[in-house]
Amino acid sequence: MSRLLHAEWTKLRTEAAVRWLLPSIVVVTVLVSLLTVAATSCRREGCGVDPAAVSLAGVRLGQALVVLLAVLTIGGEQGTGLLRTTFTVAPRRMMVLAAKAVVIGGLTLAAGTVAVLGCLVAGRAMLPGNGVAPPSLSDGPTLRAAVGSVLYLVLIGLLALGVAAAIRDSTASVGAVLALLYAVPLVAAAINDAELQRTLRRFAPMTAGLAVQVTTGADDLPIGGWAGLAVLAAWSAASLICGALLLHHRDC
Amino acid sequence: MRDFGRLVRAEWTKFRTVRGWVLGTVAAAVVTVLLGLFVASNSISSCSNGTVDIECPTPPVGPDGEPVRDKFFFVHQRLAVDGAITVRVTSMTGLITYPPPNHDQIVPGLVEWAKAGVIAKAGTAEGSRYVALMVTAEHGVRMQHDFIHDTAGKPAAVSAGAPRWLRLTRVGAVLTGEESPDGATWTRVGSATLPGAVELGLFVTSPSDLTVSGGVGGGAVQARLATATATFDHVGLTGTTPGGAWARADIGAEPGPAGTVHHPGGVEQAGGVLTVSGNGDIAPLVGESGPGVQLVLIGLVIGLIVVIVVAVLFVTSELRRGLIGVTLLASPQRVRILAAKAVVLGAVTFVAGTAAAALVIPLAWGVLRGNGFRQPELPLSTLARVATEAGLLVAGTALLALGLGALVRRGSAAVGIAVAAVVLPYLAAVIGGLSTAASDWLLRLTPAAAFAIQQVAPEYAHVLASYTPGSGYYPLPAWGGLAVLAAYAALALGLASARLGRSDV
Repeated sequence: MSRLLHAEWTKLRTEAAVRWLLPSIVVVTVLVSLLTVAATSCRREGCGVDPAAVSLAGVRLGQALVVLLAVLTIGGEQGTGLLRTTFTVAPRRMMVLAAKAVVIGGLTLAAGTVAVLGCLVAGRAMLPGNGVAPPSLSDGPTLRAAVGSVLYLVLIGLLALGVAAAIRDSTASVGAVLALLYAVPLVAAAINDAELQRTLRRFAPMTAGLAVQVTTGADDLPIGGWAGLAVLAAWSAASLICGALLLHHRDC
Repeated sequence: MRDFGRLVRAEWTKFRTVRGWVLGTVAAAVVTVLLGLFVASNSISSCSNGTVDIECPTPPVGPDGEPVRDKFFFVHQRLAVDGAITVRVTSMTGLITYPPPNHDQIVPGLVEWAKAGVIAKAGTAEGSRYVALMVTAEHGVRMQHDFIHDTAGKPAAVSAGAPRWLRLTRVGAVLTGEESPDGATWTRVGSATLPGAVELGLFVTSPSDLTVSGGVGGGAVQARLATATATFDHVGLTGTTPGGAWARADIGAEPGPAGTVHHPGGVEQAGGVLTVSGNGDIAPLVGESGPGVQLVLIGLVIGLIVVIVVAVLFVTSELRRGLIGVTLLASPQRVRILAAKAVVLGAVTFVAGTAAAALVIPLAWGVLRGNGFRQPELPLSTLARVATEAGLLVAGTALLALGLGALVRRGSAAVGIAVAAVVLPYLAAVIGGLSTAASDWLLRLTPAAAFAIQQVAPEYAHVLASYTPGSGYYPLPAWGGLAVLAAYAALALGLASARLGRSDV
């Protein structure tokens, strides 16, 4: 396993796209958070702005780059046919996928932590000027939102990896994952049947997973923070299992 | 030119023989239709009178066929032929009722479009034609007629120290409105026609005070009942029965569950001074007549992502497999290859997008009506316009994705960029919880501006409502939004041509 890990790490490390994708995850996430924070203001008392959720808004766009990174780790090999070589050298395909998952998880954890800390710094610097209390890591719910956001990015990476292993085409994989993430919440918002809307939000990966960012007014949420992350984790696990089974059973 | 025709044919053959691309395009259209129907069939209209659920009332319809709100307190006399009414408005005050639970209180104040003045109306039926001259709380003197027409007079509100004289004169079918600070020097505000016998008199009304939070389909709109009261004196009437008594009518007032009107308007007369109060509005109904086109076209967001994938694959798979080398050998003018691809892809996706929209809008409209929404019929011309523009939105997105695919070469990155450019700004604008200003800027500057094709109801400057992207009002007109998307697509295709012409494949 450690040799597999080393091999995957080397492959990813030497991929030119990774060298700009990793910093991009951080830059894009923090930049979007900065813009959102700058556009948030609170002129009257109790206007209901959630400092943590606003500061971490960049995760919504940053996750798209995490998806690209994850798809790249397997899609690149599928596209060039290198995957055949990989599987000849390491015939236990599940282990190869597991090694890829560990590398992707680790990279996303690192990039995600830096990005989330950057977002909080942005929120702390700019929110007080707009009349909102700054988010603080010593505050329990804010800490949960920050840790949860990093875990969210990791789980999104794993979800995308599983989908890419199953679909075998990186272009279509990116489209499928982004549609799953972004389109479902939009469709949910369009439905005015409150019960069905809650159900969709509870089971869609993005709305369920990002519930962890909410620190104020959490009572109206369709799902709790950790429970939402568990829903996303179930999505990621299901996608990885599907990917692994398909990798195992079909010719590549 | 014949050469280019052959290139287009070659590209068309490539497109139609790859099963995944054809299926993907068809799937994009099918998903758009099915999701629209799914959302429509899960949207339920509910109305209540007090605690009793009732069938939603059909709003009155104005002279131009648009749903309107026609609720005000009316003090009137009959005018058969020519005549005039002159009044002096000396004060205008109001009360805003904050509903429970957070603000269960009544505070003095006027909503900016509270209205008081003189009006000639073709009868007391809701939705009938009218011409009115009025003072407003914050928009000065206005002359309005038949709900959608509004002409501005002089600014400034009225008070005891600065009263305002209003005069509405009818000669033949033409009514002319004039205003004056002192009853001696008059300024013409405007004129409009209204033939036949009319009810001529005084009116007061005030729309509700609104707070809006975003969301597709309007989001949460909180309305606080507001009542306006105005004092009129120096009332002069000509052309009516001399010494005739004032009739009074609470136009548009609906009895509550107990059978009485909840917040009735009224009039008090003391000598020559009339104090009239009322609430409601005389205006086109905005945003309350049911879900709009943007709701039934919600499936477009998934359809567009599928189209983006197909468009990117249409160019990158050829680059990756090296087939492009053969293609370029057969036709060395590289840029023309990209142009031929754009023609084929643009035509195919335009047809798919137009067909999907033309199918889903009338179908979903029928479903919504069946679910109790009393929304007006969409005229065939509007349907044709929206469907065609939806086709252009899909085609423009496809061309942008094609350009990005040819430019960055890596399919996954191209799909990511295209989705981030077209779908995400729309998502952020309608459900991102951003302020209306921030949403509007997103929908001006990004390719998502083209979603403006979904707006079918005009925005009225003289009606207070939630004009947000979430409720179907966009900062750019449809053609403007499409032009923004076209500019981005042209930029991507241009850069891709430059790269294709320069680099080795």
